[in-house]
Amino acid sequence: MSESPTSSKTSRLLGVAVALGAIALVLLAFIAVEPDVRINAETGQEIGQFDAVRLLFVHVPAALIAYLAFTVTTVGSAVVLWKRSVWWDVVAGASAEIGALCAALTLITGSIWGRPIWNTWWEWGDVRLLTTLVLFMLSLGYLAVRRLEGTATERARRSAIVGLLLFLNVVIVNRSVEWWASQTLHQKSTIADATIEGNTLFTLFFAMVVGVGAYVWMMIHRFRLAWLERMSDRFGTDDLLAARRAEADDHARIASAVGGTSPEGESS
Amino acid sequence: MTHLVYLIAGWGITFVACGVYAMSVMRRSRRVAARVPVDRRRWMTAKDADQLGES
Repeated sequence: MSESPTSSKTSRLLGVAVALGAIALVLLAFIAVEPDVRINAETGQEIGQFDAVRLLFVHVPAALIAYLAFTVTTVGSAVVLWKRSVWWDVVAGASAEIGALCAALTLITGSIWGRPIWNTWWEWGDVRLLTTLVLFMLSLGYLAVRRLEGTATERARRSAIVGLLLFLNVVIVNRSVEWWASQTLHQKSTIADATIEGNTLFTLFFAMVVGVGAYVWMMIHRFRLAWLERMSDRFGTDDLLAARRAEADDHARIASAVGGTSPEGESS
Repeated sequence: MTHLVYLIAGWGITFVACGVYAMSVMRRSRRVAARVPVDRRRWMTAKDADQLGES
C-alpha cells in the first residue's frame, strides 16, 4: 500500500504509539482490572457492575474526546469569526467530524453498558442521555452547514456561528448530572470524590491518555485531508476549466482546418 | 467473565468504528491529493496558505 498523503514521520510515530497504547489498554482493562463486585452490608448479596465495568474504559474516553473535539471546534469558530482565519476553519471542521464520531460512540457504548447495569438501553427521562444526544445532533448540523453551497469564506462564517453553540452544549452535558441530579440515572463525578481507585482508576486515566493521543493522530490526518479538499476545490476546478478551454480550442482548430481557415485568421 | 457479549460489542464497535474512519480518511486523502499540485498539498509548504483557503 502506498504512503498516505496525510502521513508524516511525526504522525507515523504517534500512530505506532497510539496502537501500542491501545494494545496495553486492552491488556490492562481485561487482565489488571478486577471486576466491580461489592457486598451489600445488609443483605450480604454481591452487588456492583461486575465485568461490565470494563466498558467504561471505552465509554469515558469517547465522551472526553467528544468534549475536547467540540471545544476545539468552538475555539476555532470564534477565531474564524474574529480574525477570518482559514487555518482555524479547517481545524474546526476536522475536529467536529471526530467529535461527532466520538459522541456517537459515547451514546452507543453507554447504551451497551446501560443494558446490563440499568436494565435499559435508553432512558428518555435521563438528562445526560438527552443532552448528549442533542450534542451529537448539533454536531451533525454543524457538519451539514459546512456542506451548504457558497464560497469557502461564506461557509466558514455560517458554520462558525453553529460551532459556537457546541461548547455551550458540552458544558450543559457535563453539568447536567449536577444541575438536574434527580432526573438522571448517571452518578456524579466518581474521579473527583475518589470512589474509583487502584488499577481501575489508573486504567481509566491511561484510557484517557490513549484516547487523547488517538484524537491528535486523527486530527493530523483529518486536518491534512480537509486542506487537500480545500485546495482541490480551488485548483481542481481551475485545472478542469483550463482542460475544457483547451478542448474547446482544439475543436475550433479542427473545425477551421476542415473549413480551410486558420483559427488565427478567424480571430483577426 | 460476566457480560461478555456486551464487552465484545462495546469494545468491538469502538475499535472498528475508529479503524474504518481512519481508513476512510486515508482513502479520501489519496483520491483528493491526485487533483492538487504537489506544492499545495500541505499547509506548511503552501505559499500564501492563509489567502489560498479563501474564495
